[in-house]
Amino acid sequence: MQKFYTRIHQIVGDVITVEAEDVGNTELASIKTRRGTSLAQVIRLDRNKVFLQVFAGSRGISTDDRVVFLGHPMRVASGEMLLGRIFNGSGRPLDHGPELTDHLIDIGGPPVNPVKRIIPNKMIRTGIPMIDVFNSLVESQKLPVFSIAGEPYNELLARIAIQAEVDIIILGGMGLKYDDYLFFKDTLEEHGALSRSIVFMHTAADPIVECLLVPDISLAVAENFALEGKRVLVLLTDMSNFCDALKVISITMEQIPSNRGYPGDLYSQLAARYEKAVDFDTAGSITILAATTMPGDDVTHPIPDNTGYITEGQFYLKNGVIEPFGSLSRLKQQVNGETRDDHRTIMDTMIQLFAEYRETLEKQAMGFQMSAWDQKLIRYGRLFEEKMMSLSVNIALEKALDLGWEILHECFSPEETGIKQSMIDKHWPKSK
Amino acid sequence: MTEPRTGRIVKISGNMVTVSFDSPVMQNEVAYILHGAERLKSEIIRVRGNLAEMQVYESTEGLKIGEEVEFTGELLSVELGPGMLSQVFDGLQNPLPELARECGFFLSRGVYIEALSDTQAWEFTPLTSPGDRVRAGDKLGYVMEKLFKHYCMVPFSFSGIFEVLTIEPPGRFTKKQAVAQIRDPDGKVFPVYLSQQWPVKIPIRAYAEKLKPAEPLVTKMRLIDSLFPVARGGTYCIPGPFGAGKTVLQQLTSRHADVDIVVIAACGERAGEVVETIKTFPTLIDPRTDRPLSDRTVIICNTSSMPVAARESSVYTAVTIAEYYRQMGLHVLLLADSTSRWAQAMREMSGRLEEIPGEEAFPAYLESHIASFYERSGVVRLHDGSCGSVTIGGAVSPAGGNFEEPVTQATLKVVGAFHGLSRSRSDARRYPAIDPLISWSKYRSFIDEERKERGHFILRKGNDVAQMMKVVGEEGTALHDYVDYLKAEFFDFVYLQQNAFDPVDEATPRERQMYVYNFIYGIMESEIAFEDKASALHFFQQLRQQFRGWNSAPWQSEEFGAIEKEISALLLGRVKSG
Repeated sequence: MQKFYTRIHQIVGDVITVEAEDVGNTELASIKTRRGTSLAQVIRLDRNKVFLQVFAGSRGISTDDRVVFLGHPMRVASGEMLLGRIFNGSGRPLDHGPELTDHLIDIGGPPVNPVKRIIPNKMIRTGIPMIDVFNSLVESQKLPVFSIAGEPYNELLARIAIQAEVDIIILGGMGLKYDDYLFFKDTLEEHGALSRSIVFMHTAADPIVECLLVPDISLAVAENFALEGKRVLVLLTDMSNFCDALKVISITMEQIPSNRGYPGDLYSQLAARYEKAVDFDTAGSITILAATTMPGDDVTHPIPDNTGYITEGQFYLKNGVIEPFGSLSRLKQQVNGETRDDHRTIMDTMIQLFAEYRETLEKQAMGFQMSAWDQKLIRYGRLFEEKMMSLSVNIALEKALDLGWEILHECFSPEETGIKQSMIDKHWPKSK
Repeated sequence: MTEPRTGRIVKISGNMVTVSFDSPVMQNEVAYILHGAERLKSEIIRVRGNLAEMQVYESTEGLKIGEEVEFTGELLSVELGPGMLSQVFDGLQNPLPELARECGFFLSRGVYIEALSDTQAWEFTPLTSPGDRVRAGDKLGYVMEKLFKHYCMVPFSFSGIFEVLTIEPPGRFTKKQAVAQIRDPDGKVFPVYLSQQWPVKIPIRAYAEKLKPAEPLVTKMRLIDSLFPVARGGTYCIPGPFGAGKTVLQQLTSRHADVDIVVIAACGERAGEVVETIKTFPTLIDPRTDRPLSDRTVIICNTSSMPVAARESSVYTAVTIAEYYRQMGLHVLLLADSTSRWAQAMREMSGRLEEIPGEEAFPAYLESHIASFYERSGVVRLHDGSCGSVTIGGAVSPAGGNFEEPVTQATLKVVGAFHGLSRSRSDARRYPAIDPLISWSKYRSFIDEERKERGHFILRKGNDVAQMMKVVGEEGTALHDYVDYLKAEFFDFVYLQQNAFDPVDEATPRERQMYVYNFIYGIMESEIAFEDKASALHFFQQLRQQFRGWNSAPWQSEEFGAIEKEISALLLGRVKSG
């Protein structure tokens, strides 16, 4: 019954053009080539010319290969059976498990009505003091980790994945090295977190078009769970690869580039994904943490720049630690007033003193004499770096706050911290 | 033209669809794509031969070549009438709460709901009587909408002089029932309803004349009102890198600005920020009216993940609603956040049209579009002698925080005030992060011009000394220069910076600003003698501490007076006589 077309007119990059009738925009097609069958998606229609981006890439496609249109847009299976499974960018199993075809849902669905969102108010604990204490992660937040190649951003995401208090974790990998993929898989398995995780993995060796699908697939599945009342954490790494894939396709389609070759709609494309982060009124939530590597450590590069305008803050991962300056969780005020009464005090005081420590370091580097106060700050700064900032620290928020008081107690007298007397009376450690 | 004019889709690329047609079409005409049971709204943006290119206000997923398109013969319009206050609309004026009731969590495609309820009845009071001669924009009667007299006006599109034929007596009317009949000189009779349609891209001009913006618009933000004022009916822009506090600044302005009505256009920004406004405004009480802030607010919200074409129209929808309330003699403030997203929407469409790109791929008409948008602001004198105004404040999100980019530059050419936010100020937690060294305003402040200039001078001088100190160190700076530096820092800390979390400091009324500014001016202009730098630093630290307390003390309270006395005592010990 299905009609097939065997006349491929044009093959440019990963985009092929066939002549066909009655084809819907963004509809899916399957192409049978000598190398196997690949899916493809309609990205432009011009009279009877249909432009398709081929998920598996155009390599090896011959002009007389068979194209069949499937009559529906890209879909992915959803539901509990996905838990513990690993798929590639077009939703095919990578873990030798069965192919899933039940409960198919469209990817890239419509946006959420703003009036059905609620003001975020629940904290997600991660066991990382630099996040929990200083820049709390909030349910439904979208937060990128700005980093550069070589930094342990995947390690950080993996740790958050295994420790975060959420119901379901969805990991979307884009352009990852194969060993990074194995690292994620092993880490999740080792810590028994795989059973509540779903992985969509596109590695650097896979065709580039599949990279574009990873965020949409991950978020469509997440949305489905969230509507059922689940709290879902979506980890996307690395969004810069996604943006680069967008660039490749848009240039193939001869679109006019806007900034450093990226398409003019980069902001809208990123926003369509990040804005899927939501806390539904009377249902679950989606939280997004995304690694974004900054080319040349340049925050004004179009990728981090556009991302920064969309997301609700950012973590800077630099020299292996979450940098306290520049990192910002815009939503932290919504939650850190209700955790423990000393949370904000510890957060503000420790950061202020740490800023002074940094200034002292500069002074020291310039060869100025160190005063007694400078010595105290240096001692404090070292302790802070070692006991709080190090990513190897893994303690609950309350423990971290107690530790904060201990560090302050060890280095300063109560007056020197500038903390309100009532707080000092209540929390200052009595003895060493 | 009784037969509906139709066309057929021949090309689909992203949110642009090309349609072939036989009958005449109009530029910017609204058309509907008939896709199964769905009708997708779109607008003609270019006509070439027998092909019309249309931007679609919805996702184009699933559309097919050959599908039918119905032209409506109308420009993209909004419905203007009572019931808009406290409502939340999308960029095409669909009420979002009603959409949620109908469609649930998501914005389903092709669902359009009338902007104003057709069942709600309003208590109408006539103001004219049969035989009166009226023209477009004249008030025939009014209904009460929240706190305002919402006038029922002769439709703005009517030209010439009309005669009131009949007018309904006081009573309850819905928007479907005519409240008056008016007759043109040729004897043709037209019914007038409580609501009317107006095309969004055309300014409403049913007024006698446009005046020069002269009166300051008090935002209760000291840095703005005293040093970089905004005038009622004027325009200003707030460019700044991400995280510098544009949105917070706009939110504060929307709460405290001394205007009747605030229209918020959340254009291509985060949904979370709109949600905060939607959820908190009904609970915040406006001190001037004692009513929830939402009662005087209209929100147009087309967040970043909503269709791009509707984002482009959302600022026009917002400004048209603002102009409508201006026609009633009200003062309206339109806050657009952010105009860069609007410009990007234009860029996306221009790219799809394959127009030759200008700088950073923005279309060549970017400047003229931005200019004509801001030009819709203004103070107007209506035919009945009363005045109304629309003030436009646009946030700009320059790529990479670099003000040299096209949107910022095009905006700077047409606005009357520039509030530039800087990353270094926000990093130093100096809020509002408006950088006094780069910002400017062409409007008059309520602070004496000479004293205001002096304030700018002190800040510049302080900055010069600070730059110098970086090189020569504190030791190498002369005492009098150092004191200038301390004065500038002091001025910045206690006057320019404002604590948004302090209920008193958050908003400073005009009288208090004038009083405190003149007080500080006195300190700035005094010769203060110090033995050395340490004592100068100590003195200003003390003074700063006192002022902090002063800023938190309610205006004209006992506490306010007490602290003022303490400050004066502190000063008396230092200031040389005269």
